[in-house]
Amino acid sequence: MCEHLPREMHKNGKRIVETEVKMATQKLVPLTGDQAVAEAMRQIEPDVVAAYPITPQTEIVMNFSQFVADGKVQTELIPVESEHSAMSACVGSAAAGARTMTATSANGLALMWEIVYIAASTRLPIVMPVVNRALSGPINIHCDHSDTMGARDSGWLQVFSESAQEAYENTIVAIRIAEHKKILLPCMVCQDGFITSHAVEGIELFPDDKVKKFIGEYTIEHSLLDMDNPVTYGPIDLQDFYFEHKRQQAEAMKGALTIIPEVLAEFNKTFNRNHDLLEEYKLSDADIAIVATSSTAGTVKATIDELRKQGMKVGLLKPRFFRPFPKERFVKSLSNIKAIAVLDRSDSFSAQGGPWFSEIKAALYESKKQPLITNYIFGLGGRDIFPENIKKVYSDLEAIKKAGKVKSLVNYLGVRD
Amino acid sequence: MANIKELSKIPERLTGGHRLCSGCGASIAVRQVLMGTTSPVVVGASTGCLEVATTIYPYTAWNTPFIHNAFENVAATISGVETAYRALKKQGKIKKDIKFVAFGGDGGTYDIGLQSLSGALERGHNFVYVCYDNEGYMNTGIQRSSATPTGASTTTAPAGKESYGKPQLRKDLTAIVAAHNIPYVAQACISNWNDLVAKSQKAFAVDGPAFLNVLALCHRGWRSPAADAIKISKLAIDTGFWPLIEYENKKWRFTYKPKERKPVVEFLKTQGRFKHLFKEQNKPVLEQIQRDIDAHWTYLEKLVQVTS
Repeated sequence: MCEHLPREMHKNGKRIVETEVKMATQKLVPLTGDQAVAEAMRQIEPDVVAAYPITPQTEIVMNFSQFVADGKVQTELIPVESEHSAMSACVGSAAAGARTMTATSANGLALMWEIVYIAASTRLPIVMPVVNRALSGPINIHCDHSDTMGARDSGWLQVFSESAQEAYENTIVAIRIAEHKKILLPCMVCQDGFITSHAVEGIELFPDDKVKKFIGEYTIEHSLLDMDNPVTYGPIDLQDFYFEHKRQQAEAMKGALTIIPEVLAEFNKTFNRNHDLLEEYKLSDADIAIVATSSTAGTVKATIDELRKQGMKVGLLKPRFFRPFPKERFVKSLSNIKAIAVLDRSDSFSAQGGPWFSEIKAALYESKKQPLITNYIFGLGGRDIFPENIKKVYSDLEAIKKAGKVKSLVNYLGVRD
Repeated sequence: MANIKELSKIPERLTGGHRLCSGCGASIAVRQVLMGTTSPVVVGASTGCLEVATTIYPYTAWNTPFIHNAFENVAATISGVETAYRALKKQGKIKKDIKFVAFGGDGGTYDIGLQSLSGALERGHNFVYVCYDNEGYMNTGIQRSSATPTGASTTTAPAGKESYGKPQLRKDLTAIVAAHNIPYVAQACISNWNDLVAKSQKAFAVDGPAFLNVLALCHRGWRSPAADAIKISKLAIDTGFWPLIEYENKKWRFTYKPKERKPVVEFLKTQGRFKHLFKEQNKPVLEQIQRDIDAHWTYLEKLVQVTS
């Protein structure tokens, strides 16, 4: 039985037995997170992939290159000389009307930075798996979210994956979301470096034809290769129009909050899944809750199961999408919780906590109940997080609940003081 | 060789109404280069005067597909476009034969875009890269680049009490590009239009990357009269300041050689950027510039000889 199965089988704290039976009969393939994403890319079969190696993403591009070499996909590969050129070539390719993908991590994403913004503002639906890794310096190859959190204002959609299975599924659904005519924004599909990208899970791969049918053909409205109707991409946009175009970009991101659940509903129906903008785990009757994303959500779930046996009313809110930020859903899910801890796997150096915390706290300003909330920054540079760390957070939350106030707003978990 | 009557029938891809200066070398270079093919062509441009002055939203001076991405990445960008074309053509989604050309200034090519260019050349994309070389960062206000010649005064290497302008030699980008073993490399100049168009025709015709380094005067940066662009460019050729050469099938060749090279001062004295060199204390600099040009010319002659 694969690791993700028990997690998939809970919805609002209830076990879904039908799903369990159905899924247990599916054939599972042992794959790492990187391999699973490469499989998704094989099934998507983009027209063009431009990519550059960087740990821990490299295995995605390696595996995919082998699919190209073996003739399993028709994709044209551009083995660029840097990530800056990877994203630059992606912009050219996507403007030409090709379904285009790349993948990266950490410093690679940082080197792309300039063009990451241009891709979004040009409204090119490039899908980019990002294997989260600590951004230098100091140099470190292990997991944290400083890379993609730094790109949070770039105008890309961002979805975070708890497991290799989710990374696989998010990659597929991201194509439909990014290419939706009312969205047309690029999308980062994030998974945790090494923890997810290099750990082997039993993966349920969907049939190739079913994936192809779900994503459909990509057609661009204004192709750079339409010689009969020539278009100019990337013009200079000055005081008289730049602002309107940025506003349109903002509206597209806002509109994505309504459209993403529609696409996810279709995905869920097609593949018998239960994806949403965010996922609640034993939250409906919880007094205290953790907000955590990516692989850490799995550790929290396991800890919750243990603490629930001891009678503690603990829960988890696992956001999947950071961009767009599902503000109203946070308010709805968290308003009745007495004390909340937001776990951030990156520091924004704002002196007021990590990015998830800042935005969730701001969202809860609109809640009439204004629950007590605190922040834990953890796991930087791949520092492991254990159930003991999670238990410590829940015990802190118990104390906050009893005291009725937060003593320390921003805390660092699992670090030497 | 191109016939001017035939060339006049090729539709203009860069139309009038753009906002480049009158007497701008870049637009002359672009129009001559685009006369090198009658096929449909997609144009890429790096950030710079050419892009800024031809695409002020909501207007465009391009009646052929055009893409600008950023400053340093036009080669990578056009490599993405060209790859998308191959991918879609393979699938039967595109029927036409399309050519691809990227334009970058010397800042976007010699300096910040060198890596992107090198990568695209090495990967062997089927495209023409044109550097419109005006020997400095003219769009940002005349700063020195690695293409700026010795002795030129620019805003970041100005002439002054302790300075005669740029002390270094310019980079030999044409040779660097040739070292990528691509099918066609050439130096050209807007004053020698038949030579330039012939080179452009070759560049578009080869299978794989081709590179044209086109000296394209900027009268704002060179501090010269706008009406004299072609006259001054011709002096660059006749003094050997900008040799008209090409590299093909492992052979270097002069495509034009002045019967007798004029002294380089004939070229230098036409421009305000070299004005300070004519002060008595800078006499040795003028002599050094002449020696450098002579040495490079001799080197090229030997190169032509050993590779012929």
